[in-house]
Amino acid sequence: MSSEKPNQQYEPVHTNKVGGSPFTGVTGWIDNRLPIIRMFKHEYLDFQVPKSLSYFWSFGGILTICLILLIVTGLSLGMHYKPDAKYAFDSVEKIMRDVNFGWLIRYAHMNLASFFFIAVYLHIFRGLYYGSYKEPRQLMWLIGIVIFFLMMATAFLGYTLPWGQMSYWGATVITNLFSAIPLVGESVVTWLWGDYSVGDAALNRFYVLHWLIAFLIVGVVAFHVIALHIVGSNNPSGIEPKDTRDTVSFSPFTTSKDLVGMLVFLLIFVAVMMYAPNYLGHPDNYIPANPLVTPAHIVPEWYFLPFYAILRSIPDKLMGVIAMVSSIAILGLLPWLDFSKVRSSVFRPIWKQCVFLFVLDFFVLMYIGGAPAEGIYLVIGRIGTAFWFAFFLILAPLVSLIEKPLPMPDSIHEFEEWKKQGKIKTIKLFNR
Amino acid sequence: MSKKNNKDTSTRRDFLTTVTATVGVVGVGAGVLPIISQMNPDSSVKALASIEVDISNIQEGKEITVLWRGKPVFIKRRTKEEIQKAEQTNMKDLMDPQEDKDRVKKSEWLVVVGVCTHLGCVPIGGKGEYNGWFCPCHGSHYDTSGRIRKGPAPTNLEVPKYEFVSNNKIKIG
Ligand code: HEM
Ligand code: FES
Repeated sequence: MSSEKPNQQYEPVHTNKVGGSPFTGVTGWIDNRLPIIRMFKHEYLDFQVPKSLSYFWSFGGILTICLILLIVTGLSLGMHYKPDAKYAFDSVEKIMRDVNFGWLIRYAHMNLASFFFIAVYLHIFRGLYYGSYKEPRQLMWLIGIVIFFLMMATAFLGYTLPWGQMSYWGATVITNLFSAIPLVGESVVTWLWGDYSVGDAALNRFYVLHWLIAFLIVGVVAFHVIALHIVGSNNPSGIEPKDTRDTVSFSPFTTSKDLVGMLVFLLIFVAVMMYAPNYLGHPDNYIPANPLVTPAHIVPEWYFLPFYAILRSIPDKLMGVIAMVSSIAILGLLPWLDFSKVRSSVFRPIWKQCVFLFVLDFFVLMYIGGAPAEGIYLVIGRIGTAFWFAFFLILAPLVSLIEKPLPMPDSIHEFEEWKKQGKIKTIKLFNR
Repeated sequence: MSKKNNKDTSTRRDFLTTVTATVGVVGVGAGVLPIISQMNPDSSVKALASIEVDISNIQEGKEITVLWRGKPVFIKRRTKEEIQKAEQTNMKDLMDPQEDKDRVKKSEWLVVVGVCTHLGCVPIGGKGEYNGWFCPCHGSHYDTSGRIRKGPAPTNLEVPKYEFVSNNKIKIG
């Protein structure tokens, strides 16, 4: 013990203190102790967003709704589904035939997965076109890519669950990607399977992981949204808001607009689910899994096709896998490969064309991924793959260097005026 | 507090920190190992490792497929031409060079795991440019010895461990 003078008076060190709520009564009492109500008000009612946001900015909300609906329908399916190689297929058929509204819940879950990807692709396109990945939103972009990887993982795992032919062979081909890892590849695959082939052990753990990753996505989405509320939304002009003439408050302006977007999206979803529930799926998945026979044409779900095409266009196993993974991961380098100071493609005449070509390439690769891997398809696939990487590694830095941006307004409200005067061309469909 | 005193406590704290960290790392390691290991094939899966197959009914030029460890195994009774083609292949033409005689026990019988070494599909017999097997998934061609000749697969079809128990019976595994 020391004999020196005692410390100064003890002061509690709290970062926050009880109190400070703008609310009164019970709401205030709770909010004083757990400040989530004022947080909600701050982030969702008073929050200021650029007033030029178009419907392209609705897809974040649409994705959230999809995720919630996927979890609700998934939980319901989980109450009837059996993750056992003997019973899985039959339990899904039972859901379709016997469980009350089981057909609806399963078709909803299946088609929501597809629509989740439609929304995410449009969301990513929005980011590409309007330069939302640039300073200060690089981390949001990176978190987004993590979400995209997790979505692909959970969709793949979910697709194995009905234990049809496509489930089984999709699972086999995709897990075998890990066998390309030098030296330890085979052991890794055996470890993933818990067996010497895809079977009961794999199905059981895929079910567990399908749930786990779905909920992980919820967590990462939370980070995505927290980061958004720090850096703020980008907008079609790519210009940061400067004063209140440039912004509107989140509620009621953005909320009502997002609701319209969600409604239209969900209407299309319901129409597809009701009138063509299996259009986006593959009929072979209604044949029970058979480890002795591979279907003549195995194709992944439509949303994986572009990346599958990249995998197949490389004749070497390890390089094919590396190319496929990096074709997505390379998106993460874009904030640094494209160093043009101008965000929005509205003012970038050359980059705009590059982005449209990239979209075209995406659809070409999607087509190639579903076609047989031979002859002319292979050639087109290789060109498409080369362009995919060239877009990031060559075009992005090159265009940043040589492009001369169009004259730009000084602020968002001026941008809106230019739009009215017809001085600026924007994407018509979403331009409201 | 005197200087000496201060130094004493900090060495003692350092010691405790080091010990705790070491025990912590060992403890976490010991805890993680079973969690990782439980995912590997369990004892019952490993116990099913071998099967016996009656091959007396297979005609020349025909093949049968049996399930071994959840994987298809092709047992093919090859024709004279097929054997000849397999044996006379120039090693320079092979992507994964191996003599036919190193892949069979009796030249009439070819036993291979029917799993494409690319990404695991089951190749189709009697198809492809080399009349052995063709994998529909990404287009790998195998010859009558099950060797990879063309396509993305890196290695020949695997020859499982097997033996002839009698003239009419083989044991795989
Ligand atoms: C991130 C969100 C999710 C995605 C993208 C997703 C995707 C999928 C897909 C593509 C299928 C296969 C549909 C089919 O062909 O039958 C599926 C099945 C299934 N999912 Fe999900 N899912 C998600 C979330 C969840 C959640 C949160 C649960 C449970 C809490 C769940 C439970 C199930 C079950 C039980 C099945 C098997 C039944 C069936 O095949 O219809 N899913 N999922
Ligand atoms: S799995 Fe056979 S070629 Fe890919």
